[in-house]
Amino acid sequence: MSMGARAGDWVRIRVTILPAGERAPGIPADTASHPYQGWIDGWAAHEAAIGERVTLRTLAGRTVEGTLADVNPGYAHSFGRPHPALLAVGPSLKKLLED
Amino acid sequence: MGYAEVMARKSEILLRATGLDYRSFSRGPLAFDYDAMMERVGYPLEEIRRIQSTAGVGRTPLLEMRRLTEAVRRISPEGKGARILVKDEACNPSGSFKDRRASVSAFHAGKNGYKGIIAATSGNYGAAVASQAAMYGLRCIIVQEVFDSSGRGQPEILEKGRKCEALGAEVIQTTVGPELFYVLLSLLEETGFFNASLYTPFSVTGIETLGVEIAEQVREVAGRDPDLVAVTHAGGGNITGTARGLRRAGCTSTEVLAVSVDLSGLHMASDRDFNRKSFTTGHTGFSMPFTSWPDRVDVPRNAARPLRYIDRFVTVTQGEVFFATEALAQAEGLERGPAGNTSLAAALALAREMDRDRIIVVSETEYTGAGKHPTAQLAFAEQAGVIVESGDPRDNAPGRRIVIPADLRRMSVSEVDLDRLRESYVRRAAQEAPGGLGDEEVEFLAAETRVPAERVRQWLSARSHS
Repeated sequence: MSMGARAGDWVRIRVTILPAGERAPGIPADTASHPYQGWIDGWAAHEAAIGERVTLRTLAGRTVEGTLADVNPGYAHSFGRPHPALLAVGPSLKKLLED
Repeated sequence: MGYAEVMARKSEILLRATGLDYRSFSRGPLAFDYDAMMERVGYPLEEIRRIQSTAGVGRTPLLEMRRLTEAVRRISPEGKGARILVKDEACNPSGSFKDRRASVSAFHAGKNGYKGIIAATSGNYGAAVASQAAMYGLRCIIVQEVFDSSGRGQPEILEKGRKCEALGAEVIQTTVGPELFYVLLSLLEETGFFNASLYTPFSVTGIETLGVEIAEQVREVAGRDPDLVAVTHAGGGNITGTARGLRRAGCTSTEVLAVSVDLSGLHMASDRDFNRKSFTTGHTGFSMPFTSWPDRVDVPRNAARPLRYIDRFVTVTQGEVFFATEALAQAEGLERGPAGNTSLAAALALAREMDRDRIIVVSETEYTGAGKHPTAQLAFAEQAGVIVESGDPRDNAPGRRIVIPADLRRMSVSEVDLDRLRESYVRRAAQEAPGGLGDEEVEFLAAETRVPAERVRQWLSARSHS
Protein backbone atom coordinates (compact mmCIF):
# COMPACT_ATOMS: atom_id res chain seq x y z
CA MET A 1 0.00 0.00 0.00
CA SER A 2 1.88 3.03 -1.23
CA MET A 3 -0.52 5.89 -0.53
CA GLY A 4 -1.22 5.25 3.11
CA ALA A 5 -0.74 3.26 6.27
CA ARG A 6 -2.74 0.59 8.03
CA ALA A 7 -2.83 0.21 11.79
CA GLY A 8 0.40 -1.43 12.91
CA ASP A 9 2.50 -0.28 9.94
CA TRP A 10 5.94 1.19 10.62
CA VAL A 11 5.63 4.81 9.54
CA ARG A 12 7.22 8.25 9.73
CA ILE A 13 5.42 11.39 10.82
CA ARG A 14 6.33 15.03 10.45
CA VAL A 15 5.62 17.39 13.30
CA THR A 16 5.94 21.16 13.36
CA ILE A 17 7.70 21.71 16.66
CA LEU A 18 7.80 25.52 16.44
CA PRO A 19 6.22 27.57 13.63
CA ALA A 20 8.35 30.25 11.94
CA GLY A 21 7.96 33.35 14.07
CA GLU A 22 7.87 31.39 17.34
CA ARG A 23 11.42 30.09 17.18
CA ALA A 24 14.37 30.78 19.50
CA PRO A 25 15.44 34.41 19.58
CA GLY A 26 18.71 35.37 17.90
CA ILE A 27 18.91 32.66 15.23
CA PRO A 28 20.06 33.62 11.71
CA ALA A 29 17.34 34.94 9.38
CA ASP A 30 17.77 32.07 6.89
CA THR A 31 16.89 29.65 9.70
CA ALA A 32 14.23 31.75 11.45
CA SER A 33 12.17 32.08 8.26
CA HIS A 34 11.40 28.33 8.30
CA PRO A 35 9.33 26.36 10.79
CA TYR A 36 11.27 24.08 13.15
CA GLN A 37 10.22 20.59 12.12
CA GLY A 38 10.85 17.06 13.30
CA TRP A 39 10.40 13.54 11.97
CA ILE A 40 9.61 10.55 14.19
CA ASP A 41 9.18 6.86 13.31
CA GLY A 42 6.82 4.40 14.95
CA TRP A 43 3.87 2.05 14.55
CA ALA A 44 0.70 3.66 13.25
CA ALA A 45 -2.24 3.40 15.66
CA HIS A 46 -4.80 3.59 12.87
CA GLU A 47 -5.26 3.84 9.13
CA ALA A 48 -4.22 7.12 7.47
CA ALA A 49 -3.26 8.45 4.05
CA ILE A 50 -0.02 10.32 3.37
CA GLY A 51 -0.55 13.91 4.50
CA GLU A 52 -3.27 13.00 7.00
CA ARG A 53 -2.99 13.22 10.76
CA VAL A 54 -1.92 9.99 12.38
CA THR A 55 -0.97 8.79 15.85
CA LEU A 56 1.94 6.45 16.35
CA ARG A 57 3.74 4.59 19.11
CA THR A 58 7.51 5.07 19.17
CA LEU A 59 10.34 2.68 20.03
CA ALA A 60 10.54 4.39 23.43
CA GLY A 61 6.83 3.74 23.99
CA ARG A 62 5.61 7.30 23.55
CA THR A 63 2.40 8.15 21.70
CA VAL A 64 2.88 11.02 19.26
CA GLU A 65 0.61 12.64 16.68
CA GLY A 66 1.75 14.20 13.43
CA THR A 67 1.32 14.23 9.67
CA LEU A 68 1.93 10.92 7.92
CA ALA A 69 5.08 11.45 5.82
CA ASP A 70 6.15 7.93 4.84
CA VAL A 71 5.20 4.29 5.21
CA ASN A 72 7.99 1.81 5.97
CA PRO A 73 10.63 4.55 5.60
CA GLY A 74 14.01 3.36 4.37
CA TYR A 75 17.62 4.39 4.80
CA ALA A 76 18.85 6.01 1.60
CA HIS A 77 22.26 7.32 2.67
CA SER A 78 25.11 5.66 0.85
CA PHE A 79 28.88 5.53 0.41
CA GLY A 80 28.74 8.00 -2.47
CA ARG A 81 31.31 7.50 -5.20
CA PRO A 82 35.09 7.21 -5.07
CA HIS A 83 36.56 10.65 -5.72
CA PRO A 84 39.67 11.06 -7.94
CA ALA A 85 41.29 13.42 -5.41
CA LEU A 86 40.85 10.80 -2.70
CA LEU A 87 41.89 7.86 -4.88
CA ALA A 88 45.27 9.55 -5.40
CA VAL A 89 46.17 9.36 -1.69
CA GLY A 90 46.85 5.61 -1.44
CA PRO A 91 49.20 5.37 -4.44
CA SER A 92 51.11 8.50 -3.32
CA LEU A 93 51.81 6.89 0.06
CA LYS A 94 52.72 3.53 -1.45
CA LYS A 95 55.13 5.21 -3.81
CA LEU A 96 56.72 7.05 -0.91
CA LEU A 97 57.12 3.80 1.03
CA GLU A 98 58.47 1.80 -1.93
CA ASP A 99 61.00 4.34 -3.29
CA MET B 1 3.97 24.27 24.49
CA GLY B 2 5.71 27.55 23.65
CA TYR B 3 9.45 28.01 23.50
CA ALA B 4 9.74 30.68 26.20
CA GLU B 5 7.44 28.81 28.57
CA VAL B 6 9.56 25.63 28.48
CA MET B 7 12.87 27.49 28.64
CA ALA B 8 11.67 29.33 31.75
CA ARG B 9 11.41 25.98 33.54
CA LYS B 10 14.89 24.92 32.44
CA SER B 11 16.45 24.76 35.93
CA GLU B 12 13.75 22.64 37.53
CA ILE B 13 13.53 20.29 34.54
CA LEU B 14 17.30 19.75 34.49
CA LEU B 15 17.49 19.28 38.23
CA ARG B 16 14.96 16.47 38.11
CA ALA B 17 16.47 14.95 34.98
CA THR B 18 19.94 14.46 36.46
CA GLY B 19 19.25 14.54 40.19
CA LEU B 20 22.27 16.82 40.46
CA ASP B 21 21.97 19.99 42.51
CA TYR B 22 24.81 22.16 41.25
CA ARG B 23 24.09 24.91 43.77
CA SER B 24 26.12 23.20 46.48
CA PHE B 25 29.29 23.73 44.39
CA SER B 26 28.67 27.40 43.76
CA ARG B 27 31.18 29.86 45.28
CA GLY B 28 29.91 33.12 43.82
CA PRO B 29 28.23 34.57 40.74
CA LEU B 30 30.68 32.64 38.51
CA ALA B 31 33.05 30.69 40.70
CA PHE B 32 32.29 27.10 41.60
CA ASP B 33 34.29 24.28 43.10
CA TYR B 34 35.09 22.31 39.95
CA ASP B 35 37.28 19.73 41.65
CA ALA B 36 34.67 19.02 44.32
CA MET B 37 32.00 18.64 41.64
CA MET B 38 34.09 16.12 39.71
CA GLU B 39 35.09 14.31 42.87
CA ARG B 40 31.72 14.10 44.56
CA VAL B 41 29.40 13.61 41.59
CA GLY B 42 31.49 11.40 39.35
CA TYR B 43 32.36 7.84 40.28
CA PRO B 44 35.85 6.85 41.43
CA LEU B 45 38.13 5.68 38.62
CA GLU B 46 38.15 2.04 39.73
CA GLU B 47 34.35 2.00 39.85
CA ILE B 48 34.20 3.48 36.33
CA ARG B 49 36.62 0.85 35.08
CA ARG B 50 34.40 -1.84 36.56
CA ILE B 51 31.22 -0.30 35.06
CA GLN B 52 32.86 -0.04 31.64
CA SER B 53 34.40 -3.48 31.74
CA THR B 54 31.01 -5.01 32.56
CA ALA B 55 29.50 -3.17 29.57
CA GLY B 56 32.27 -4.18 27.17
CA VAL B 57 33.52 -0.60 26.98
CA GLY B 58 37.18 0.41 26.87
CA ARG B 59 40.39 -1.61 26.94
CA THR B 60 40.68 -0.91 23.23
CA PRO B 61 43.91 -1.73 21.38
CA LEU B 62 46.71 0.80 20.99
CA LEU B 63 47.97 0.27 17.46
CA GLU B 64 51.39 1.17 16.15
CA MET B 65 51.19 3.06 12.83
CA ARG B 66 54.35 1.45 11.40
CA ARG B 67 53.81 2.35 7.75
CA LEU B 68 52.53 5.86 8.41
CA THR B 69 55.44 6.53 10.78
CA GLU B 70 57.85 5.25 8.12
CA ALA B 71 56.18 7.39 5.44
CA VAL B 72 56.55 10.48 7.66
CA ARG B 73 60.22 9.67 8.33
CA ARG B 74 60.92 9.49 4.60
CA ILE B 75 59.90 13.12 4.17
CA SER B 76 61.34 14.41 7.47
CA PRO B 77 64.74 15.95 8.21
CA GLU B 78 67.43 13.55 9.50
CA GLY B 79 66.56 12.24 12.96
CA LYS B 80 62.97 13.47 12.82
CA GLY B 81 59.69 11.57 12.48
CA ALA B 82 58.02 10.68 15.79
CA ARG B 83 56.46 7.29 16.36
CA ILE B 84 52.66 7.44 15.84
CA LEU B 85 50.31 5.24 17.86
CA VAL B 86 46.53 5.17 17.54
CA LYS B 87 44.01 4.18 20.18
CA ASP B 88 41.43 2.16 18.26
CA GLU B 89 38.31 3.40 19.99
CA ALA B 90 36.17 2.13 17.11
CA CYS B 91 36.41 -1.22 18.94
CA ASN B 92 33.94 -0.01 21.58
CA PRO B 93 30.43 -1.55 21.42
CA SER B 94 28.83 1.26 19.40
CA GLY B 95 32.00 2.20 17.53
CA SER B 96 33.48 5.22 19.29
CA PHE B 97 34.95 6.52 22.55
CA LYS B 98 31.51 7.95 23.27
CA ASP B 99 30.59 4.60 24.86
CA ARG B 100 32.86 5.62 27.73
CA ARG B 101 30.72 8.70 28.31
CA ALA B 102 27.38 6.96 27.90
CA SER B 103 28.31 3.98 30.09
CA VAL B 104 28.50 5.95 33.33
CA SER B 105 25.30 7.90 32.60
CA ALA B 106 23.36 4.73 31.78
CA PHE B 107 24.69 2.98 34.88
CA HIS B 108 23.75 5.95 37.05
CA ALA B 109 20.29 6.30 35.48
CA GLY B 110 19.57 2.60 36.00
CA LYS B 111 20.81 2.66 39.58
CA ASN B 112 18.62 5.65 40.40
CA GLY B 113 15.43 4.17 39.02
CA TYR B 114 15.02 6.20 35.85
CA LYS B 115 12.99 4.32 33.23
CA GLY B 116 14.86 5.76 30.29
CA ILE B 117 17.55 8.12 29.08
CA ILE B 118 17.55 10.95 26.57
CA ALA B 119 20.34 12.73 24.75
CA ALA B 120 20.26 15.60 22.28
CA THR B 121 23.15 14.87 19.95
CA SER B 122 23.84 14.54 16.25
CA GLY B 123 27.07 12.69 16.94
CA ASN B 124 28.33 9.21 17.79
CA TYR B 125 27.15 9.87 21.32
CA GLY B 126 23.58 9.04 20.24
CA ALA B 127 24.54 5.50 19.25
CA ALA B 128 26.57 5.16 22.45
CA VAL B 129 23.59 6.15 24.62
CA ALA B 130 21.28 3.87 22.61
CA SER B 131 23.71 0.97 22.97
CA GLN B 132 24.20 1.42 26.70
CA ALA B 133 20.45 1.91 27.21
CA ALA B 134 19.85 -1.41 25.46
CA MET B 135 22.36 -3.12 27.78
CA TYR B 136 20.69 -1.74 30.91
CA GLY B 137 17.12 -2.28 29.69
CA LEU B 138 16.40 1.45 29.65
CA ARG B 139 14.20 3.20 27.12
CA CYS B 140 16.03 5.68 24.99
CA ILE B 141 15.28 8.79 22.96
CA ILE B 142 17.87 10.55 20.80
CA VAL B 143 17.21 14.00 19.32
CA GLN B 144 19.28 14.92 16.28
CA GLU B 145 19.65 17.97 14.06
CA VAL B 146 19.63 16.40 10.57
CA PHE B 147 17.83 18.28 7.80
CA ASP B 148 17.99 21.69 6.18
CA SER B 149 14.70 23.39 5.31
CA SER B 150 14.61 21.69 1.89
CA GLY B 151 14.67 18.30 3.63
CA ARG B 152 18.25 17.39 2.67
CA GLY B 153 19.81 15.32 5.43
CA GLN B 154 23.49 15.35 6.35
CA PRO B 155 24.61 11.81 5.35
CA GLU B 156 26.75 11.29 8.44
CA ILE B 157 23.88 12.19 10.76
CA LEU B 158 21.44 10.05 8.77
CA GLU B 159 23.76 7.12 9.42
CA LYS B 160 23.94 7.92 13.11
CA GLY B 161 20.14 8.06 13.19
CA ARG B 162 19.92 4.66 11.53
CA LYS B 163 22.32 3.24 14.07
CA CYS B 164 20.38 4.63 17.03
CA GLU B 165 17.19 3.10 15.67
CA ALA B 166 18.98 -0.20 15.04
CA LEU B 167 19.96 -0.17 18.73
CA GLY B 168 16.32 0.31 19.75
CA ALA B 169 16.16 4.04 20.39
CA GLU B 170 13.40 6.40 19.35
CA VAL B 171 15.00 9.02 17.13
CA ILE B 172 13.62 12.50 16.61
CA GLN B 173 15.24 14.13 13.60
CA THR B 174 14.84 17.87 13.30
CA THR B 175 15.61 20.69 10.92
CA VAL B 176 18.48 23.11 11.64
CA GLY B 177 18.27 25.13 14.84
CA PRO B 178 19.42 25.48 18.43
CA GLU B 179 15.90 24.55 19.53
CA LEU B 180 17.21 20.99 19.90
CA PHE B 181 17.61 22.02 23.53
CA TYR B 182 13.94 23.00 23.73
CA VAL B 183 12.97 19.56 22.38
CA LEU B 184 15.23 17.93 24.95
CA LEU B 185 13.64 19.87 27.82
CA SER B 186 10.12 19.09 26.57
CA LEU B 187 10.92 15.38 26.36
CA LEU B 188 12.59 15.27 29.78
CA GLU B 189 9.51 16.90 31.26
CA GLU B 190 7.11 14.61 29.42
CA THR B 191 8.88 11.32 30.17
CA GLY B 192 10.77 11.84 33.45
CA PHE B 193 13.76 10.14 31.81
CA PHE B 194 17.39 10.81 32.74
CA ASN B 195 19.25 13.55 30.85
CA ALA B 196 22.34 11.75 29.50
CA SER B 197 24.01 15.07 28.85
CA LEU B 198 27.49 15.08 27.35
CA TYR B 199 28.50 17.61 29.95
CA THR B 200 27.78 16.04 33.36
CA PRO B 201 30.61 14.76 35.57
CA PHE B 202 29.37 11.23 34.69
CA SER B 203 30.06 11.79 31.03
CA VAL B 204 33.41 13.50 31.44
CA THR B 205 34.84 11.22 34.13
CA GLY B 206 33.82 8.32 31.89
CA ILE B 207 36.55 9.43 29.46
CA GLU B 208 39.26 9.49 32.13
CA THR B 209 39.76 5.77 31.54
CA LEU B 210 40.85 6.60 27.98
CA GLY B 211 43.70 8.78 29.26
CA VAL B 212 44.69 6.18 31.84
CA GLU B 213 44.70 3.37 29.27
CA ILE B 214 46.82 5.45 26.87
CA ALA B 215 49.40 5.99 29.64
CA GLU B 216 49.43 2.32 30.62
CA GLN B 217 49.63 1.00 27.07
CA VAL B 218 52.35 3.39 25.94
CA ARG B 219 54.41 2.46 29.00
CA GLU B 220 53.90 -1.18 28.10
CA VAL B 221 55.08 -0.88 24.49
CA ALA B 222 57.67 1.88 24.89
CA GLY B 223 58.64 1.87 28.56
CA ARG B 224 57.91 5.56 28.88
CA ASP B 225 55.17 8.19 28.76
CA PRO B 226 53.74 9.62 25.54
CA ASP B 227 55.22 12.99 24.54
CA LEU B 228 52.13 14.26 22.78
CA VAL B 229 48.52 13.09 22.91
CA ALA B 230 46.43 14.47 20.05
CA VAL B 231 42.72 14.75 20.86
CA THR B 232 39.94 15.70 18.44
CA HIS B 233 38.27 18.70 20.04
CA ALA B 234 34.65 19.85 19.76
CA GLY B 235 32.53 20.33 22.90
CA GLY B 236 35.51 19.87 25.21
CA GLY B 237 34.63 16.58 26.94
CA ASN B 238 37.13 14.51 25.00
CA ILE B 239 40.09 16.74 25.80
CA THR B 240 39.03 17.30 29.41
CA GLY B 241 38.44 13.63 30.20
CA THR B 242 41.51 12.34 28.36
CA ALA B 243 43.79 14.93 29.96
CA ARG B 244 42.38 14.21 33.41
CA GLY B 245 43.08 10.52 32.85
CA LEU B 246 46.65 11.22 31.74
CA ARG B 247 47.20 13.34 34.86
CA ARG B 248 45.70 10.64 37.04
CA ALA B 249 48.14 8.16 35.52
CA GLY B 250 51.02 10.51 36.35
CA CYS B 251 51.87 11.70 32.83
CA THR B 252 53.26 15.04 33.99
CA SER B 253 55.35 15.84 30.92
CA THR B 254 52.85 14.76 28.23
CA GLU B 255 51.65 17.60 26.03
CA VAL B 256 47.88 17.59 25.46
CA LEU B 257 47.07 18.76 21.95
CA ALA B 258 43.55 19.81 20.92
CA VAL B 259 42.80 19.44 17.21
CA SER B 260 39.75 20.75 15.36
CA VAL B 261 38.70 20.84 11.74
CA ASP B 262 38.68 24.42 10.51
CA LEU B 263 35.13 25.43 9.59
CA SER B 264 35.64 29.16 10.13
CA GLY B 265 33.10 31.32 8.35
CA LEU B 266 30.25 28.80 8.50
CA HIS B 267 27.48 29.67 10.95
CA MET B 268 26.38 26.68 13.01
CA ALA B 269 22.74 27.74 13.29
CA SER B 270 22.43 28.72 9.63
CA ASP B 271 20.05 26.72 7.46
CA ARG B 272 22.12 27.61 4.38
CA ASP B 273 25.51 26.73 5.89
CA PHE B 274 24.32 23.50 7.54
CA ASN B 275 24.88 21.24 4.55
CA ARG B 276 27.94 23.07 3.30
CA LYS B 277 30.12 21.47 5.93
CA SER B 278 31.53 17.99 5.50
CA PHE B 279 32.16 17.43 9.21
CA THR B 280 29.45 17.28 11.81
CA THR B 281 31.77 17.16 14.81
CA GLY B 282 35.37 17.76 15.81
CA HIS B 283 35.23 21.18 14.21
CA THR B 284 35.79 24.81 15.17
CA GLY B 285 32.06 25.57 15.06
CA PHE B 286 31.89 23.75 18.39
CA SER B 287 35.42 23.99 19.74
CA MET B 288 35.84 27.77 19.57
CA PRO B 289 32.63 28.71 21.40
CA PHE B 290 32.92 25.82 23.88
CA THR B 291 36.56 26.60 24.70
CA SER B 292 35.96 30.29 25.23
CA TRP B 293 32.71 29.77 27.16
CA PRO B 294 32.02 26.18 28.30
CA ASP B 295 28.78 26.86 30.17
CA ARG B 296 26.59 27.03 27.05
CA VAL B 297 25.20 23.55 27.67
CA ASP B 298 22.25 21.49 28.85
CA VAL B 299 23.41 21.36 32.47
CA PRO B 300 24.02 24.29 34.87
CA ARG B 301 27.81 23.82 34.94
CA ASN B 302 29.80 22.08 32.25
CA ALA B 303 32.14 19.35 33.53
CA ALA B 304 34.17 19.75 30.32
CA ARG B 305 36.46 22.77 30.79
CA PRO B 306 38.96 22.69 27.93
CA LEU B 307 41.14 25.67 28.89
CA ARG B 308 42.07 23.89 32.12
CA TYR B 309 43.64 21.08 30.11
CA ILE B 310 44.72 22.16 26.63
CA ASP B 311 48.49 22.71 26.28
CA ARG B 312 48.39 23.47 22.56
CA PHE B 313 45.52 23.90 20.07
CA VAL B 314 45.76 23.51 16.29
CA THR B 315 43.36 23.28 13.38
CA VAL B 316 43.51 21.21 10.20
CA THR B 317 41.43 21.45 7.04
CA GLN B 318 38.61 19.13 5.96
CA GLY B 319 40.74 17.91 3.03
CA GLU B 320 43.61 17.04 5.37
CA VAL B 321 41.33 14.90 7.53
CA PHE B 322 40.05 13.10 4.43
CA PHE B 323 43.69 12.51 3.45
CA ALA B 324 44.43 11.07 6.91
CA THR B 325 41.33 8.85 6.69
CA GLU B 326 42.39 7.49 3.32
CA ALA B 327 45.98 7.07 4.54
CA LEU B 328 44.82 5.07 7.56
CA ALA B 329 42.82 2.78 5.27
CA GLN B 330 45.39 2.36 2.50
CA ALA B 331 48.66 2.30 4.44
CA GLU B 332 47.50 0.72 7.71
CA GLY B 333 44.49 -1.33 6.63
CA LEU B 334 42.12 0.41 9.03
CA GLU B 335 38.93 1.87 7.58
CA ARG B 336 37.83 4.34 10.25
CA GLY B 337 36.41 7.79 10.71
CA PRO B 338 36.36 10.36 9.21
CA ALA B 339 35.77 12.86 12.05
CA GLY B 340 37.75 10.83 14.57
CA ASN B 341 40.78 11.12 12.30
CA THR B 342 41.03 14.87 12.85
CA SER B 343 43.77 14.32 15.42
CA LEU B 344 45.50 11.80 13.12
CA ALA B 345 45.77 14.50 10.45
CA ALA B 346 47.57 16.75 12.95
CA ALA B 347 49.79 13.87 14.09
CA LEU B 348 50.93 13.21 10.50
CA ALA B 349 52.00 16.86 10.20
CA LEU B 350 53.54 17.28 13.66
CA ALA B 351 55.49 13.98 13.65
CA ARG B 352 57.78 15.51 11.00
CA GLU B 353 58.98 18.17 13.44
CA MET B 354 59.54 15.82 16.37
CA ASP B 355 62.56 13.58 17.07
CA ARG B 356 62.34 9.92 16.12
CA ASP B 357 62.37 8.75 19.71
CA ARG B 358 59.30 10.84 20.58
CA ILE B 359 55.85 9.29 20.81
CA ILE B 360 52.59 10.77 19.53
CA VAL B 361 49.33 9.11 20.49
CA VAL B 362 46.17 9.76 18.51
CA SER B 363 43.50 9.32 21.17
CA GLU B 364 40.71 7.78 19.14
CA THR B 365 39.26 6.29 16.00
CA GLU B 366 35.54 5.90 15.26
CA TYR B 367 33.51 3.44 13.18
CA THR B 368 32.78 4.15 9.55
CA GLY B 369 29.86 3.23 7.32
CA ALA B 370 27.47 4.46 4.66
CA GLY B 371 27.09 8.24 4.99
CA LYS B 372 29.87 8.36 7.53
CA HIS B 373 32.70 8.06 5.06
CA PRO B 374 34.86 10.44 2.97
CA THR B 375 33.33 9.25 -0.32
CA ALA B 376 29.81 9.93 1.00
CA GLN B 377 30.77 13.35 2.33
CA LEU B 378 32.60 14.40 -0.85
CA ALA B 379 29.71 13.35 -3.09
CA PHE B 380 27.35 15.29 -0.83
CA ALA B 381 29.64 18.34 -0.83
CA GLU B 382 29.76 18.38 -4.62
CA GLN B 383 25.95 18.19 -4.77
CA ALA B 384 25.90 21.34 -2.62
CA GLY B 385 28.22 23.09 -5.08
CA VAL B 386 31.41 22.74 -3.03
CA ILE B 387 34.52 22.26 -5.20
CA VAL B 388 36.53 19.14 -4.36
CA GLU B 389 40.05 18.88 -5.75
CA SER B 390 43.54 17.60 -5.17
CA GLY B 391 46.22 20.16 -4.37
CA ASP B 392 47.52 22.47 -1.67
CA PRO B 393 45.33 22.49 1.47
CA ARG B 394 46.11 26.18 1.98
CA ASP B 395 43.56 26.77 -0.81
CA ASN B 396 40.86 25.16 1.34
CA ALA B 397 37.82 27.41 1.97
CA PRO B 398 35.14 26.00 4.33
CA GLY B 399 31.81 25.63 2.55
CA ARG B 400 33.28 26.49 -0.85
CA ARG B 401 36.36 24.39 -1.57
CA ILE B 402 37.78 21.16 -0.16
CA VAL B 403 41.39 20.55 -1.15
CA ILE B 404 42.76 17.07 -0.51
CA PRO B 405 46.55 17.20 -0.16
CA ALA B 406 48.28 15.76 -3.22
CA ASP B 407 50.82 14.07 -0.92
CA LEU B 408 51.96 13.72 2.68
CA ARG B 409 54.36 16.70 2.44
CA ARG B 410 51.39 19.06 2.16
CA MET B 411 49.96 18.14 5.55
CA SER B 412 50.25 20.92 8.11
CA VAL B 413 48.53 22.48 11.12
CA SER B 414 47.51 26.03 11.99
CA GLU B 415 48.17 27.20 15.54
CA VAL B 416 45.27 28.61 17.54
CA ASP B 417 46.25 31.44 19.89
CA LEU B 418 45.19 30.11 23.31
CA ASP B 419 45.67 33.52 24.93
CA ARG B 420 43.00 34.97 22.67
CA LEU B 421 40.56 32.28 23.79
CA ARG B 422 41.52 32.83 27.43
CA GLU B 423 40.96 36.56 27.11
CA SER B 424 37.66 35.95 25.37
CA TYR B 425 36.61 33.67 28.25
CA VAL B 426 37.52 36.30 30.86
CA ARG B 427 35.67 39.05 28.98
CA ARG B 428 32.56 36.94 28.70
CA ALA B 429 32.81 36.13 32.40
CA ALA B 430 32.89 39.85 33.18
CA GLN B 431 29.70 40.31 31.16
CA GLU B 432 28.02 37.56 33.18
CA ALA B 433 28.84 39.34 36.43
CA PRO B 434 27.95 42.99 35.86
CA GLY B 435 28.37 43.71 39.56
CA GLY B 436 32.11 43.18 39.24
CA LEU B 437 34.41 40.31 40.15
CA GLY B 438 35.91 39.83 43.60
CA ASP B 439 39.19 38.12 44.46
CA GLU B 440 37.63 34.67 44.61
CA GLU B 441 36.13 35.13 41.14
CA VAL B 442 39.48 36.29 39.76
CA GLU B 443 41.24 33.28 41.31
CA PHE B 444 38.59 31.03 39.75
CA LEU B 445 39.11 32.57 36.31
CA ALA B 446 42.87 32.16 36.72
CA ALA B 447 42.39 28.45 37.45
CA GLU B 448 39.97 28.14 34.54
CA THR B 449 42.37 29.69 32.05
CA ARG B 450 45.66 28.53 33.63
CA VAL B 451 47.17 32.00 33.88
CA PRO B 452 48.28 34.02 36.93
CA ALA B 453 45.52 36.05 38.61
CA GLU B 454 47.41 39.18 37.63
CA ARG B 455 46.89 38.34 33.97
CA VAL B 456 43.14 37.97 34.52
CA ARG B 457 43.10 41.40 36.19
CA GLN B 458 44.93 42.92 33.22
CA TRP B 459 42.37 41.50 30.80
CA LEU B 460 39.53 42.76 32.97
CA SER B 461 40.96 46.25 33.26
CA ALA B 462 41.75 46.42 29.53
CA ARG B 463 38.10 45.69 29.02
CA SER B 464 36.85 48.37 31.39
CA HIS B 465 39.09 50.96 29.71
CA SER B 466 38.21 50.00 26.17
